[in-house]
Amino acid sequence: MSGPSKYKPKSAFGKWMHERLPVMELVQGQIMDFPTPRNLNYWWTFGGILAIMLVAQLITGIVLAMHYTAHVDMAFDSVEHIMRDVNYGWLLRYLHANGASMFFIAVYVHMFRGMYYGSYKAPREVLWMIGVLIYLVMMATAFMGYVLPWGQMSFWGAKVITNLFSAIPFVGESVTTWLWGGYSVDNPTLNRFFSLHYLLPFVLAGLVGLHIWALHVPGNGNPTGVNVRGSQDTVPFHPYYTMKDGFAIVVFFILFAAFTFFAPNYLGHAINYLPANPLVTPAHIVPEWYYLPFYAILRAIPDKLLGVIAMFGSILILFVLPWLDTSRVRSGTYRPIFKQFFWVFVLVCIGLGYLGSKPAEGGYVFWARILTAYYFIHFLVILPLLGLLESPKPLPPSISDSVLAKKKAVGAG
Amino acid sequence: MSTAVHADVNRRDFLFIATGAVATVGAALTAWPFISQMNPDASVLALATIEVDLAPIAEGQEITLKWRGNPVFVRHRTAKEIEQAKAVKLEELVDPVARSANVKDGDPATDANRVVGGKENYLVMMGVCTHLGCVPFGNQGDYGVVEGHAKLGGWFCPCHGSHYDTAGRIRKGPAPENLFVPKYEYLSDTKILIG
Amino acid sequence: MKKMLKTLASATASLLLLAGAASAAEGQKDAKAISYSFEGPFGTFDKGQLQRGYKVYKEVCANCHAMKLVSFRNLSELGGPGFSIEQVKALAATFTVNDGPGNDGEMFDRPGLPSDRFPAPFANEQAAAAANGGALPPDLSLITKFRPGWYGTFNQLANGIGGPQYVYSILTGYEEPSEEIKAEMPEGKSYNPYFANGHFIAMASPLVDGQVDFDDGAPNKVDDMARDVSAFLAWTAEPKMEERKSLGFMVLIYLAVLALLLYFVKKKVWADQH
Repeated sequence: MSGPSKYKPKSAFGKWMHERLPVMELVQGQIMDFPTPRNLNYWWTFGGILAIMLVAQLITGIVLAMHYTAHVDMAFDSVEHIMRDVNYGWLLRYLHANGASMFFIAVYVHMFRGMYYGSYKAPREVLWMIGVLIYLVMMATAFMGYVLPWGQMSFWGAKVITNLFSAIPFVGESVTTWLWGGYSVDNPTLNRFFSLHYLLPFVLAGLVGLHIWALHVPGNGNPTGVNVRGSQDTVPFHPYYTMKDGFAIVVFFILFAAFTFFAPNYLGHAINYLPANPLVTPAHIVPEWYYLPFYAILRAIPDKLLGVIAMFGSILILFVLPWLDTSRVRSGTYRPIFKQFFWVFVLVCIGLGYLGSKPAEGGYVFWARILTAYYFIHFLVILPLLGLLESPKPLPPSISDSVLAKKKAVGAG
Repeated sequence: MSTAVHADVNRRDFLFIATGAVATVGAALTAWPFISQMNPDASVLALATIEVDLAPIAEGQEITLKWRGNPVFVRHRTAKEIEQAKAVKLEELVDPVARSANVKDGDPATDANRVVGGKENYLVMMGVCTHLGCVPFGNQGDYGVVEGHAKLGGWFCPCHGSHYDTAGRIRKGPAPENLFVPKYEYLSDTKILIG
Repeated sequence: MKKMLKTLASATASLLLLAGAASAAEGQKDAKAISYSFEGPFGTFDKGQLQRGYKVYKEVCANCHAMKLVSFRNLSELGGPGFSIEQVKALAATFTVNDGPGNDGEMFDRPGLPSDRFPAPFANEQAAAAANGGALPPDLSLITKFRPGWYGTFNQLANGIGGPQYVYSILTGYEEPSEEIKAEMPEGKSYNPYFANGHFIAMASPLVDGQVDFDDGAPNKVDDMARDVSAFLAWTAEPKMEERKSLGFMVLIYLAVLALLLYFVKKKVWADQH
């Protein structure tokens, strides 16, 4: 896609460097001049937003680790020490805590965008699968991070989630004991979670590198789903998309700042300001909002092992999505029936999230079961059949044609 | 025609420069919390003073306290130590400056300037060698008071061999400065407040 | 795109309805919705109120409740009750702090210093529970952050969690229970419908009218004292609130300006492509 680079070092030092480490050529070819479809809409800016959020989380996290103490007797107080005594500690911690939520908001938009526009289809299956892996590692990282303040929800969240592994037949109990490093969630657990919470973001950064590499081989998809046919279909990434992404990032930061400064605890749980007490379970245990749909699926199934399988299956199924969708048309824009099922699926996910926040009783369980069933039906029945049955709308001959047509429509209107 | 293009180009350049400037200023300001967080925090700053009761320290005895994470020597000097310290001429000193937070910067390193309020029997100073920060041993080195086999007063840093005299002034070895005297005041005849 | 937005809007609307229908739970009565000076994006603490609240804490609450995350020095820090440093030294000295071990190896008592945390009224949690009929009086440093006064996803987004209102409602919400409830009530407990863990609370109604004399001559009915001490506890839980809001305001203005500039830059850059 990128073709032979046009990079020519300008200075003597540039030439010297270029012969030894052609990093500027990489920057020029893969970032500045990278040919990008000219018709990407704002849903495509979330990739850049996610990259920035990862960096922001890394920086605030490294700084917080300078003041945090990973010990059951001191963790809670060390977080409060950050909030009260450390210079700007309250800001750093609120940025990090709310940053996690913002990260997930962006990743969900990014994923739904990929689903709507068929971004997972050939030749981008590997790109999509690395993305699912990134999402899994993100979930693990966020989960362990939430344990670190050692409040009530930290402790009981850790206990409940690690207990999921006890559902594994035969070895379940040994696995949970191994995860805990004891007979319950305790100091060894906290220490290893801290270690891994510090490690995994760097793994994420590596995976993001692979994700971008896998993106730059076939190049970006685009809202029409039509392949790039030539240079008339693309613009260089800089300045066109650096400025567009930059604008979107700043707008996203407004949302981020609004939560961080004016509702910093809204996305968390009040009860986590009560230090962990291994003898008293809070009346109502709920995970962070970004896990709620999966939590609802877990609780919808009355069998421990099957519930755990369904929950993990609901994520792992994304790995095979490229082969479940049989349609030859990429973009949902040209698939009138798929489009409607897509939005129903989005609502089902939101509905599952809502049910995950409610106690597992009565009507909530009933609806959770219906929606869980639909979630799997969407992937296993609707998508494979739809590709065969649906007759898509005619595709534009090329990207530049679709841009011109849109312009004409706007001009006429 | 050409002026219109020029005006447009100028406006465009101005917009780019203004945006770049606003973004740069924002990035620079954002860096501050991340730098500032490494400075001593409020709880550290609050512990910056300690009170010391001098009464239990017998003549010829020395105690070591922790203040701001560093050792502080509080020594009740004998008459001989004081006498020996006073006898030293300024020209003989490696570092002729008092190095005390209780006198003006650059005041001479007389024995009087190394103590506070003329109470010359009490010597209070940081137990941190001015070479590379080790803690010197008391009653050792070539500049203590020799009484028979015993040595009284004077300090010797075992790391790199610096010798300090009975007023804590550097006399021999690699250390460049006299042992630092922290800010302190007498709350009563036998009580001081360091910091 | 228009259609997308429409779909999103209807999805959100249906969720709102669902959430509204199913919020009240827990069996805890919603806290009384009194308002405070520190609410809203520009709200700040009322220094006089915090100083009065401190006095209520010291003379009433501190007999049983610890507040171990707060130091005396905090009382003179920016965005707090605004005591002077001299005042803080004096009021710290009215507390006894156990320190040591001294040179003789024994622990000793000394007057509090500004750098000390508020000393706990009991040696440890077990002693505190034993002295209070088996119920541990919770540490008050963060109570307005971990005890919501009301629930509901959207209610909390609009009105906060009602932490200070919870404290106020507890202090003013003791009721004489009906005969029916009285029959269920365990020995030594009181009836308070606002309490988070069932309606029976181990703490007897702690305030009576005129109990604390305020230096500024402010009214000291139970209602006034409850307002003041709950405001004080809002500050102990979030001592950097004023700094957070004022910095946040500037950050939002900055981001809005930068977003506007970038919007025009983006438009200029793309001008030749449209």
